[in-house]
Amino acid sequence: MKQADDIIIDLVNPNARVLDLGCGDGDLLCRLRQTKSVTGYGVEIEHTRIEGCLARGVNVIEHDIDAGLDRFPTNSFDIVIMNETLQAISEPRTLVREMLRIGEECVVTFPNFAYWQCRKQLFFGGRMPVSKHLPNEWYDTPNIHLCTIHDFDTMCAAENVRVITRHVFDQHGRETFPTRMLPNVLGVTAFYRLGRPT
Amino acid sequence: MSQTASPQDQVASDSVGVVAPQYAEFDEPLTMENGATLPSFRLMYETYGKLNADRTNAVLICHALSGHHHAAGYHDPNDRRTLGWWDNCIGPGKPIDTNDFFVVALNNIGGCHGSTGPTSNNPEINEPYGADFPQVTVGDWVNSQARFADYLGIDSFAAVIGGSLGGMQAMQWAIDYPERVRNALLIACAPNLSAQNIAFNEIARQAILKDRNFYDGRYLAAASNPMDGLGTARMLGHVTYLSADGMDLKFGGDSKNDETDDYYDVVGEVTSYLQYNGEKFAGMFDANTYLLMTHALDKFDPARSFDNDLVAALKNATARFLVVSFSTDWRFAPERSREIVDALISAGCDVSYADVESLSGHDSFLLEIPRYHRILTSYMTQIAEGLAA
Repeated sequence: MKQADDIIIDLVNPNARVLDLGCGDGDLLCRLRQTKSVTGYGVEIEHTRIEGCLARGVNVIEHDIDAGLDRFPTNSFDIVIMNETLQAISEPRTLVREMLRIGEECVVTFPNFAYWQCRKQLFFGGRMPVSKHLPNEWYDTPNIHLCTIHDFDTMCAAENVRVITRHVFDQHGRETFPTRMLPNVLGVTAFYRLGRPT
Repeated sequence: MSQTASPQDQVASDSVGVVAPQYAEFDEPLTMENGATLPSFRLMYETYGKLNADRTNAVLICHALSGHHHAAGYHDPNDRRTLGWWDNCIGPGKPIDTNDFFVVALNNIGGCHGSTGPTSNNPEINEPYGADFPQVTVGDWVNSQARFADYLGIDSFAAVIGGSLGGMQAMQWAIDYPERVRNALLIACAPNLSAQNIAFNEIARQAILKDRNFYDGRYLAAASNPMDGLGTARMLGHVTYLSADGMDLKFGGDSKNDETDDYYDVVGEVTSYLQYNGEKFAGMFDANTYLLMTHALDKFDPARSFDNDLVAALKNATARFLVVSFSTDWRFAPERSREIVDALISAGCDVSYADVESLSGHDSFLLEIPRYHRILTSYMTQIAEGLAA
C-alpha cells in the first residue's frame, strides 16, 4: 500500500494531528512526522508491531479497535486513518461514524471483494476467493466484513458521509485508467477520503 | 599469578558489578508542601555507567514504597542477597543499558536506607526524628531530587523512570520540571489512589500504630521496634501486590480438591511464606518510614492543584511518556494507567502505552518478563540513538 501512503502524505496538512488505527510498525506515521511534522498516535494490538513503533520513536497506544474508540475525545484529531483494517472490524459502520466524530476527516482503505479475480473464483470455482490480498481460508480469516466498492458507496450515502476523494488501485497498487473506468471490477484496493456531512 | 578468578570475575557480564553507595549532603533547608522544613538533609545514591561529555545521558530511577538507592549490581559479589532491586533491568546490554546511560538511583528522604529520614538524628532534640519527621509528598521528593540533579550537574534527564510510587515521581517530575525531563516512564502506576488502595494502606498503618512496641513512633528512643505491626503491614501489602491466579500457581491452590491434605498444604505454605516475608521485611525496614511512604502514596494526586483536571495538570509537560501496565495488577490496575494515557492524549503529549500479560500482579514491574523488557529495550534504545545523533 505504498501508493495509498503516498496519497495520505500528500493530503495531510503540515502539523496536523493524526490518529492511525492499525498503524503496524509506525512506518506511515514516521514518514508523516518527517515530511509534515505531524503529531499523533498509532493504535495497534500486535506486540511486535508495538515494539517496532517504540523502537522508531512513534507514539503507539496498545488498544483493541474492536473495543471502540470512546476513549478518544470528539474533534481531537485532524485526520483519522485506517489502512486495510475495516474488513476485520466487528462493527465497521459504527467505527466509521466514530472516526468522523474524533477526526475532521478520515481515510479508509479496504480490499474490494468485487475484484474480477474474486468474482471468477466464486463464479467458476464456487469457493471463497483466496488471493495475495485476501490470503486466508474462510475459516481462519480475520476479514469478517468484506465488502465491495458499491457496498461501501451505499453505506456512505446511507450514513450521509461525504466522500471527498476516492482512489481505486490495481494489483500493483497503481491507479490506472481502467481502474477509474471500472473500479468495482478492476480495483483490488479502494481508498476513501471521507468527511462529515456538509 | 594465581589463575583463580576473583569474585568480581564471577559476576555476570551484563551486571554493573560491585557497586558502592555514595551520599550527598545538602545544607540549604528543604521546605515541604505542608510547610515543615528540613534544615539540611543527606541523600544516599548509587550511579551506574558514565555521564557523557554533554551531560545528556542521565537517567533517574525513582524507587517505590520499600525501595532504595541500591538498584543494580552487588555490594558483595559473593552474596546474591546484596543484588540491587532492579538488577534485571539495569546493566550493560539490559533494557536500561549502562553502556548508553548514566543511571542514578537514590534513596528518597524519609527513607530508612541512609538518606535523611525518621531514623536519622533530629539535631534539635539529639534523638531520632521518629514520628516527628515531616510528612513528605511525592512533590517534595521530586524537589529534593531536583536539588540532587543540580548537585550532579545534570540539567535534564534523558529519562526519569519508576514503577508504582516511583512512576508517580516520574509523572510529578514531568509536571513540575518539564524542561528537565525528556522522557518519563510510568510503570504500573496510577494518577491517584483508589479508595480501596487507601483502605489497604490504612489497615497496614493501623497494624503498626496498634503494635504495643510503637511508642507513638518514638520506639527507637525507647530501644524498641514494632516488628509485629510492620510485619503484618508488609504481609497485607505483599498479598495485594500479587494476583489470585499467581498465588494459586505458586501455592498449588488451583489443584484444590476435596482431599483435605492438599488443602492444608496450601494453608501451611501460604502461612509460612507470608510470615517469612513479613518478618524479613520487618527486620530491615523502619515502621515510621512505612507510615510516611503510605501517606505519600495516599496523598498523590497531581490533578488536585488543577481543579481535579488531570489533563490540565499534564498540559505543561513536554516529556515523551511511556506508560506500561500489567494485566493482573489489581492494586494499580491497567484502567488506571489508561486514565493517565487518555489524559496525556487529551493534553497533546507524546505517549505510548502497552499492557503486558502477566500472572504476577503489581509486582510484575520488578520482574524479568520478556515482553515487558522488550518494550523497555525498544523505547530506551531509541532514546540512546537520539543521544548519539
